Amino acid sequence: MSEPAAAPVLELRGVYKRYGLGTPVEQEVLHGISMALQPAEFVALRGPSGSGKSTLLNIIGLLESPTSGALSLAGHSIAELDDAQLTSLRGQAIGFVFQYHHLLPAFSALENVLMPLIIAHGVVQPEDEALGRELLASVGLGKSADLAKRPGELSGGMQQRVALARALARRPRFILADEPTGNLDTVSAQEVFALLRRFNREHGSACLIVTHDASLASRCDRQIDLIDGRLALPAASDQALPVRPS
Amino acid sequence: MIAARPALSRWARWLPLEAMLALRFLREGRLQSSMVLAGVTAGVAVTVFLTQLIAQLQTAIIDRVMGSQAHVVIQPTQEQVLRLPSEQAQAAQVQPRLQRQRAVDQWERVAALAAATPGVLAVSPVVSGPALVTRGAAVQSVTVLGVRAEDYRQVVRMDGYMIAGRFELSTSGTLIGRELAEDLGLQLGDKLRVSSGSRSQVLTVTGLFDMGSRELNRRRVFTTLRLAQTLLDLPGSVSVIDLSVADLFGANAVADPLREQTGLRVESWMQTNAGLLNALSNQTISNNLIRGFVVAIVALGISSVLVVSVVQKQREIGILRAMGAGRRQIMWVFLLQGALMGALGSALGALLAYGLLVLFSHIFKAPDGSAMYTAVLDVALVLGAGVLACAVGMLAAFMPARRAARMDPVQAIRA
Repeated sequence: MSEPAAAPVLELRGVYKRYGLGTPVEQEVLHGISMALQPAEFVALRGPSGSGKSTLLNIIGLLESPTSGALSLAGHSIAELDDAQLTSLRGQAIGFVFQYHHLLPAFSALENVLMPLIIAHGVVQPEDEALGRELLASVGLGKSADLAKRPGELSGGMQQRVALARALARRPRFILADEPTGNLDTVSAQEVFALLRRFNREHGSACLIVTHDASLASRCDRQIDLIDGRLALPAASDQALPVRPS
Repeated sequence: MIAARPALSRWARWLPLEAMLALRFLREGRLQSSMVLAGVTAGVAVTVFLTQLIAQLQTAIIDRVMGSQAHVVIQPTQEQVLRLPSEQAQAAQVQPRLQRQRAVDQWERVAALAAATPGVLAVSPVVSGPALVTRGAAVQSVTVLGVRAEDYRQVVRMDGYMIAGRFELSTSGTLIGRELAEDLGLQLGDKLRVSSGSRSQVLTVTGLFDMGSRELNRRRVFTTLRLAQTLLDLPGSVSVIDLSVADLFGANAVADPLREQTGLRVESWMQTNAGLLNALSNQTISNNLIRGFVVAIVALGISSVLVVSVVQKQREIGILRAMGAGRRQIMWVFLLQGALMGALGSALGALLAYGLLVLFSHIFKAPDGSAMYTAVLDVALVLGAGVLACAVGMLAAFMPARRAARMDPVQAIRA
């Protein structure tokens, strides 16, 4: 899939999400969300519990479909894609970092990092292995012993760093980080955030990071607040978010 | 040891993703995998062992039965007393006619026709009839069989039954069975008298045989065709024509057209041994039922373990899906697990089956002390069982695999 030039990495227009459609318990969780992320933009998404953050992240991560509205990712309108194409786009364009590392417990740190590449290429290719080692080294896990360790043998901070390296394995245009520091101590949280920021700058990947940490959010290019399924935006901009200030 | 574990499994360099995940998931759930593997191994072992055992026992039984008789026998029609049409009937009861020694009409023509019939391997004319054997004061009733040795050995494996001398016949010689020789105190070179009706002949024992049946050994006395014709008063004629066929279980297909063409009584071994065939058939049906149940139980075992595995691996499935793994890839991970368990189980099962065959061949012996069967594994059977086990494994894995493939990644990750 080739990406058209000069397009925002992510664009949502009037996205609604309702659960329990046609039932007495029908509930609208997102109310006409419109937003955009430009390439290399580093944005914090904040909101209280129950504000619809997870649903919005799932929709942006192509894990759920919006009830209505338009979403385009890396220049592709998802309404035009079938399930296989969505899966392919998700693997190619998005790097996920979850609150809980969600590494595969039966695989080593290196194998976990290589997994997106194995999914894409079928088997491990020599250049993939080199990239995996390089990524792990860049998150401070370059020792052979660390590479061979299973997730259960790593500390929380190390696990999240492996997860971060994994998210970057396919050089995604967009990193979606769901409270990546939520389970870490302060030092580890700072390290992981710094790594995210560094990759954002070095590789130009746009990053949407969900965080409750006000100090981390303040270090992002921009903050978006989601309250009761609506974006809390400056009155003048209505629904559409401005592009990142240069 | 952690240090000994490589950072990247060497399998990952050449194994496709689906196979690598399947192997890793199986290894991760060692206990479950071992349990189901034991089940598949036992299932395949039982299937292969029973099939092989029954097949070999059946072969041995058929071999023992068929070793001493022809596959197809052509005989003269029985003489019957026909009733008059009902309006002329006067007798309330008609006794069956006494059967006399009869010959096959134009036997050379019938033998030539039989020899030209597709599927017939050998044709042997035989003159047979009752006689008495005497040696001194000892008398024994026997059946004289006049044969051409070169033809008869093609139909009945007489060469293999000879315990003294060779299966060759001369005008003054005879071949007798082990029991008859013991009863009459005869050895090679001894003489005996064979009498039938008003005719008798003194013959020299030139060979002793053991056909595996005491009755046959006691009753059968072989002479040349011509001598038997003389003794039994059937000059130039034969009593029966024995045939051997290429396909043992295709004997009816040879017998039926010959019966129609000749108008004679033509019976295959399958018709004369209907009881035996019925018993073998029932045995085969029982074996198939057992195999069917075993396959079903193995399939249920694989399926239930994989259902549990899918539930246990929900989160991993969700993560893989989030990273771009397609539904088909996820489905194959679980299908391959089923196939792998089937393949490995069938290999181990075949080894176990062979071990059981060897063990039981030493435990169960024939009445004469010989082995009931030879412990060999049919490669085709083992391969067939392997393919079946893999197919059953994949079929059993289909439902869990489909469930895994359909799993919502969001729900799976949250699980």
